[in-house]
Amino acid sequence: MELCPTIKNILLLDSEGKRIAVKYYSDDWPTNAAKEAFEKAVFTKTQKTNARTEAEITMFDNYIVVYKFVQDLHFFVTGGENENEIILATVLQGFFDAVGLLLRGTEDKKEALENLDLILLCLDEIVDGSIILETDANVIAGKVDSHSMDAGAPLSEQTITQALATAREHLTRSLLK
Amino acid sequence: MAQPFLKKDDDHDDEADYSPFLGIEKGAVLQEARVFNDHQLDPRRCSQVITKLLYLLNQGETFTKVEATEVFFAVTKLFQSRDLGLRRMVYVIIKELSPSADEVIIVTSSLMKDMTSKTDMYRANAIRVLCRITDGTLLTQIERYLKQAIVDKNPVVASAALVSGIHLLQTNPEIVKRWSNEVQEAVQSRAALVQFHALALLHQIRQNDRLAVNKLVSSLTKGSVRSPLAQCLLIRYTSQVIRESASNTQTGDRPFYDFLEGCLRHKAEMVIFEAARAITELNGVTSRELTPAITVLQLFLSSTKPVLRFAAVRTLNKVAMTHPIAVINCNIDMESLISDQNRSIATLAITTLLKTGNESSVDRLMKQITTFMSDIADEFKIVVIEAIRSLCLKFPLKHRSLMNFLSNILREEGGFEYKKAIVDSIVILIRDIPEAKESGLLHLCEFIEDCEFTYLSTQILHFLGIEGPKTSDPSKYIRYIYNRVHLENATVRAGAVSTLAKFGAMVDSLKPRIFVLLRRCLFDTDDEVRDRATLYLNTLGTDGAVVETGEDVKEFLFGSLDIPLVNLERSLKNYEPSEESFDINSVPKEVKIQPLAEKKAPGKKPTGLGGPPPGPPSTIDAYEKLLLSIPEFANFGKLFKSSAPVELTEAETEYAVNVVKHIFDGHVVFQYNCTNTIPEQLLENVTVIVDASEAEEFAEVASKPLRSLPYDSPGQTFVAFEKPEGVPAVGKFSNMLRFIVKEVDPSTGEAEDDGVEDEYQLEELEVVAADYMLKVGVSNFRNAWESMGPDCERVDEYGLGPRENLAEAVNAVINLLGMQPCEGTEVVPSNSRSHTCLLSGVYIGNVKVLVRLQFGIDGPKDVAMKLAVRSEDEAVSDVIHEIVASG
Repeated sequence: MELCPTIKNILLLDSEGKRIAVKYYSDDWPTNAAKEAFEKAVFTKTQKTNARTEAEITMFDNYIVVYKFVQDLHFFVTGGENENEIILATVLQGFFDAVGLLLRGTEDKKEALENLDLILLCLDEIVDGSIILETDANVIAGKVDSHSMDAGAPLSEQTITQALATAREHLTRSLLK
Repeated sequence: MAQPFLKKDDDHDDEADYSPFLGIEKGAVLQEARVFNDHQLDPRRCSQVITKLLYLLNQGETFTKVEATEVFFAVTKLFQSRDLGLRRMVYVIIKELSPSADEVIIVTSSLMKDMTSKTDMYRANAIRVLCRITDGTLLTQIERYLKQAIVDKNPVVASAALVSGIHLLQTNPEIVKRWSNEVQEAVQSRAALVQFHALALLHQIRQNDRLAVNKLVSSLTKGSVRSPLAQCLLIRYTSQVIRESASNTQTGDRPFYDFLEGCLRHKAEMVIFEAARAITELNGVTSRELTPAITVLQLFLSSTKPVLRFAAVRTLNKVAMTHPIAVINCNIDMESLISDQNRSIATLAITTLLKTGNESSVDRLMKQITTFMSDIADEFKIVVIEAIRSLCLKFPLKHRSLMNFLSNILREEGGFEYKKAIVDSIVILIRDIPEAKESGLLHLCEFIEDCEFTYLSTQILHFLGIEGPKTSDPSKYIRYIYNRVHLENATVRAGAVSTLAKFGAMVDSLKPRIFVLLRRCLFDTDDEVRDRATLYLNTLGTDGAVVETGEDVKEFLFGSLDIPLVNLERSLKNYEPSEESFDINSVPKEVKIQPLAEKKAPGKKPTGLGGPPPGPPSTIDAYEKLLLSIPEFANFGKLFKSSAPVELTEAETEYAVNVVKHIFDGHVVFQYNCTNTIPEQLLENVTVIVDASEAEEFAEVASKPLRSLPYDSPGQTFVAFEKPEGVPAVGKFSNMLRFIVKEVDPSTGEAEDDGVEDEYQLEELEVVAADYMLKVGVSNFRNAWESMGPDCERVDEYGLGPRENLAEAVNAVINLLGMQPCEGTEVVPSNSRSHTCLLSGVYIGNVKVLVRLQFGIDGPKDVAMKLAVRSEDEAVSDVIHEIVASG
């Protein structure tokens, strides 16, 4: 186990350091308080840096943290101190780009929260219990964004009311923008 | 009802703070989850509710057992819907809820159905969920499908099965090991990630079989791995194989080195880096092997990607510790990194440069660092300070510029830890570089003029008291010290008074002036300050004339307190005010003994048996009290030392016995701690028959049998020996446990009246030289060493023969001597070729002993040692050498 690249956590925080979606794969932070303390530490340590064009990296408390920001979204991937930094960066890039694809270019906190289901699925597709599952953003986004019906589903399951509801929501959304 | 997120309409005016989850509340969401039970399922709405539940969990909200169960059962209903998106959310929430074993059954059939579905996404996810929540029993049912999935043509399904296999291997290894063939097939997969997961699983299945791992590595390194991640794994496995085989084949080329070197030309950066790092970490790497790795790392240093620069500089920083020469080529690139935006990179670059720098580059480097220091955080600054300290010790000629640098940054803003690091560094430089002493002391003096940290002020004052009087012009420090008496808080004032007294004691010409100053302190508002002033005025002689200070006064002022503070504290608490004044010699000097129970506890606890008696009195006072309470031993005098317990029986035997050796000046008492582990027996009249024929200087004088030893209730029996007074006699003793056994009826617990005499052979016991040595630490070894002087020094060299590594040799010698390692020198950095270890102790007869051990290891693991002993008695110094020579 110890030889396999290991991801300790993946964090998506907003511009104030608050959680949008986080996933921990290690027992290093057993309680929610410990997790929040870690997030706060990571956030304060990195908030002033410019990690918008290239992923940045820092080390503290014997963890390596790679991170990248866009708008008010802060992406982090944490590994142990002996982890290959470039592998961590690859995971970060996969997560970052997949979220970009899923949010269709409007990458900000509002859009992320409105599509939180996609973000959570995205996390689920990247790492499974600390083991890297996939790092290619296109593959990750493709796996998440399959909102179609099961091929074998009978048409009757999709009722007129549902179809109308979907249409109405799309309309309100476009009006709000 | 179809309104997706409740608050949407109310809050959209406040665009900036808008969140679909604003005002979300657990109770309400749990209510909403009732839609899962609707006959006509609305997949969109159900997905949204699941998202809300996941959001709550993600924010750290917890569900009670009942709530979680309720949600879980409701969620299971959703398997009816065939909406792909909803099903994905169902999978995720089932994993998050981590249902208990009895709940899992509800979903197994649904998940097993999905596992055999035609839809790849269903298969992949159902496998992941099932393996996450299942237990061993179910696993045998689904094993067949999992094996199929491993070789599934869809890579997502195969990866899901393989990754699940990696997790399951921790809990059900015997099942997963049966999948070897399929996993091996998957290693050949064309899909990159499948190959990676298959390789990881295959290696874990075989990891305990060295030969199999060897075979795996040698076949794969010939080149069939496509995935960069799999290639990184392979590099790690290869380094492991190299590490393990290195001890077998000393000659010739390193196996697999060519593979590692070849990976340096791989197209993926992660592989290049993994290989470069692996090469730098090879055991005893040669500079020829290092060169290609350093070259690629050097290229990374000028990459536009911060992650690459960081990875490279961090690795080079480590290399610089052991092979500074190899890194010198990178110095130019490294220097440009000092201005790197990323301060972690800049700090690593600086500390690397400080390690590789040569004497001529120091000044230039310091100039660059000065501008750099102002804009990094304290934690980075501390790292830099430490690097500068070691640089200065390496190039003592450069002390002037380095000391100036330290004093400059000492004046700038900074937190306690940072300031402490600087002060510590200056103190070390003053100690080790005589030329730097005067300027360093003045820098410290200036610092305390304006120091906000009481701790640092008192430390510096104490240090000034020791070093200041030895300088060419001690009087110039007086002003700084006396200023403290006016301007500081009570703690610092008290410290300043002590320091003044030390100047008075050491520098006779200053004495009258010091007296004037100390008298003024008699009017201080603080008790401690006044008390100290009074004490010192009296000890130095009240007239204040220019006379020489007596030796005992100096000893009182400068001698280190060779008593552990904990012990002193305890003795003072126990002292009851009476006519008899407190005697500091009555304080035990032994460093706390490891409690018996602590050492034996693991593994023995569940049975509660078989182990030696758990924790009879464990500290020395407790032992002493125990022994004094036995009339036979009451006149043996003061207990010098009690050893740690030595086991005389194997674990899990009928009777467990260990022995504690109590050393007195003219006697030795063995305390046998016995435990009877047979419920059907009661032992009576338990004694130990000791044969001392191999211990000529010892004569048995008394023994104290143990009246009765019932099951699992430890007891002690004692045997006392007389030995020549003050002589560290050694010898071997063989022991026989003798007792009367009585059968016990386990149901009633009553013993029969008649017993049988029986004997039980115990292991031998030895009294060794280390038993006459007390572990007593000194706070400052160097000072203690110097004040002891070379009069009774004995130096000699020894060959210790082949050893595993240095650490083992160092430990062996420490144990042999039974002395206290000082300043953490018992820790040997891995891979080091030489080591210095400092020990201190008190030998029987109250003789202080200091030992300096220098170890060196050469090629085929032969360890040589130089042993220097200083003590108050040359006979004792010789004894230490005898111990080592005979050990």
